[in-house]
Amino acid sequence: MVTPSVVLIGVFGLLPVAWAVWLSFQHNDLLTPGQWAGFDNYRQLVHDPVFRDSVRRTVVYTVLFVPITLVLSLLAAAALNRRVRGISIYRLAVFVPVVTSTVATGVIFTWLLDPDYGIVNSLLAKAGLPTFGFFSSPDSALYSIVIMTVWGWVGFGALIYLAALQGIPQDLIEAAQMDGCSRRGAFWRIEVPLLRPVSAFLLVWLTINALQLFDEVYVTTKGGPLHATTVVVYYLYQQAFQYFHAGYAAAIAVVLFVVIAVITLVQLRLTRDASEAGGAP
Amino acid sequence: MTAAPDVRRVAASAPPVRRLSRLRAPSPWHLALIPVSLLMAAPLVWMLLTSLSTLEETRRFPPGLPGSLQWSNYASAWNDSPMAHWLVNSAIVSVTCVVSNLVLCSLAGYAFARLRFPGSQLVFLGILATLMVPFQVVMIPTLLIVKHLHLVDTLPALIVPNLATPFGIYLLRQFFLSLPVELEEAALMDGASRLRILRSILLPLMGPPLSTVAVLTFLSVWNDFLWPLVVINSQNNMTVQLGLATFQSAHYTNWPVLMAATMLSQIPVFVLFLVGQRWFVQSIASTGIK
Repeated sequence: MVTPSVVLIGVFGLLPVAWAVWLSFQHNDLLTPGQWAGFDNYRQLVHDPVFRDSVRRTVVYTVLFVPITLVLSLLAAAALNRRVRGISIYRLAVFVPVVTSTVATGVIFTWLLDPDYGIVNSLLAKAGLPTFGFFSSPDSALYSIVIMTVWGWVGFGALIYLAALQGIPQDLIEAAQMDGCSRRGAFWRIEVPLLRPVSAFLLVWLTINALQLFDEVYVTTKGGPLHATTVVVYYLYQQAFQYFHAGYAAAIAVVLFVVIAVITLVQLRLTRDASEAGGAP
Repeated sequence: MTAAPDVRRVAASAPPVRRLSRLRAPSPWHLALIPVSLLMAAPLVWMLLTSLSTLEETRRFPPGLPGSLQWSNYASAWNDSPMAHWLVNSAIVSVTCVVSNLVLCSLAGYAFARLRFPGSQLVFLGILATLMVPFQVVMIPTLLIVKHLHLVDTLPALIVPNLATPFGIYLLRQFFLSLPVELEEAALMDGASRLRILRSILLPLMGPPLSTVAVLTFLSVWNDFLWPLVVINSQNNMTVQLGLATFQSAHYTNWPVLMAATMLSQIPVFVLFLVGQRWFVQSIASTGIK
C-alpha cells in the first residue's frame, strides 16, 4: 500500500536532499562528472560579494514584505468578517489573487507599473505626484516587487485570518462589550491576541516564501537592473543554469535550507509558547 | 495544534438579510471594504480592459476605457503562440498529478494511520522531513535524476516528481487517525481486505480531505514555474505558465495581445475558482491551520 508513495518520495524527496549536499562539495557543470572540492564552494560563498549582496536584498525584501502582508491581511480579514450586504463580492475580490499565478502577476504588474504607459504612473502624474521608474530603475525595482507580491499574498493571509476569526466564539466578544469594551477595543484586546498561533504560522509561512522569491523576479526584472533584484534564489538559478556552477548553486541551496529549517523550528517553539500561554482559540 | 475553526463559514455566501436592514443606513464597513476590494481587483480588471483595447489606446495619455472591444487580441494571442498546446499540457500534467495524489496519498496515509510494519515510524518521519525542504534544494539533483531517466524536456518530467506529495500523505494520515477504529473492525472481522475497507467504508467519508489534496495539488502544479523552466526547452512541451513567460519576452510591448494571453492562461483557474470557491477557500484555510 505504501510502496509506490515511499519509492516516489524516496527518489524525488529524500535522495535529492542527500545528493544536493554531496553536490555542494563538488565542482560540477551538470555535463561532465563532478570533481571533489571539499569545502571550496562554501569558502567561496563567504567571500563572494554578489552572494552577500543577494542575501542583503533578500533580507530587505523579507523585512518589508512579511510585516506589510501580515498587517494588511489582518485588517482585510477584520473588514471581511462583517455581516454586511455584498460581503461575498468583497471576499471574491480579495481572494482571487490567491489563485492568480506568479507568472501572470508578474506580467500584469509589468504593465501596470510600466514607466511610460502604465496606469499607475498616469494616475500619479494626473494627481501632480512624482512618477517612478518602478522595475526599470535600480532604486525602485525591489520595492516594486514588494508591492506586487504583497498584492499576491494579502488574499491568502486574509483567508487564513478570516477562518480563524470565525472560529472565535461570539459570546467572548459580547461579554466584553457588556463590560463596556468598545467593538474596536474587543478586536485589538481579545481577538488579535487569540489569533497569535495563526499569526505565528503566517509569519513563518510568509518568511519561508519570501526567502524563496524567484518567479516574480524572473518575470519582471530578471535580477536587474544592475543586479538590484538579484535575490538569493535568483542567484542560485543563475549559478546553476547560466554559469553551470551546479556545485556552487547546491552550496547556496544547502545554506538556504539550513536557514529555513531554523526558522521552521523557531516557529514550532513560538506556536507552542503561544498555546501554553492560553493563546489558542 | 489549535482547534480548526469552522472554515465553511468563510466561503458561505452572503448572510441572510435581516428584516430590518432595509430601514437601516448601510454599514460604515462599506467605506473600508469598497476601497480594499477595488485595490485588489484593479490589476485584474485593468488586465481585462487592456486585453480589449487597441495598441494605440494603450499608448494614450491619460489612459482610458477601450473605445470598442477588440476581441481580435485574443485571436492574435491564440494564433501567435501554441497557447492551445500549453493549456492542454498544463491540463494533462495537473490532472494526472491530482488523480495520482488522490490514490497514492490515500493508500499511504491509510497505511501509516492503521498498519504497523517494520520501520513504519521511521519511514513516516522521513516523509515528514521532506515537507520542510525547499524545492530549490532538490531542484538540481531532481534534474539529474530526470536526465538519467531520459525524461528531460518531456511532460512526464513534470509529472513523475509530483505523483505523490508528502503533504497529501500527512493530511490523509491525520484524517484517518481522527476516525474511530470501530468503523472498520466489523468489516475486518468479516474478512474484508484493507483495500476493500478503504474503498467501501472510508471513501464516502473522505470528501473534505480529498478535495483539499485535489485543490492544493492542482494549484501548485498548474501554477508552478521554476521546475518547468528548468526541465522543459521546446515550445510544444511547455506548460501555460512557462509558455506565458516566453510569450512575454516575444511580445514585450504589445500590451493588448500580452494581456489577452495572460487572460487566456488564467481563465481555467478563474473559472474553477468561481465554480468551486467554497472548496478552494476551505482547502487553503484548513491547511493553513492544520
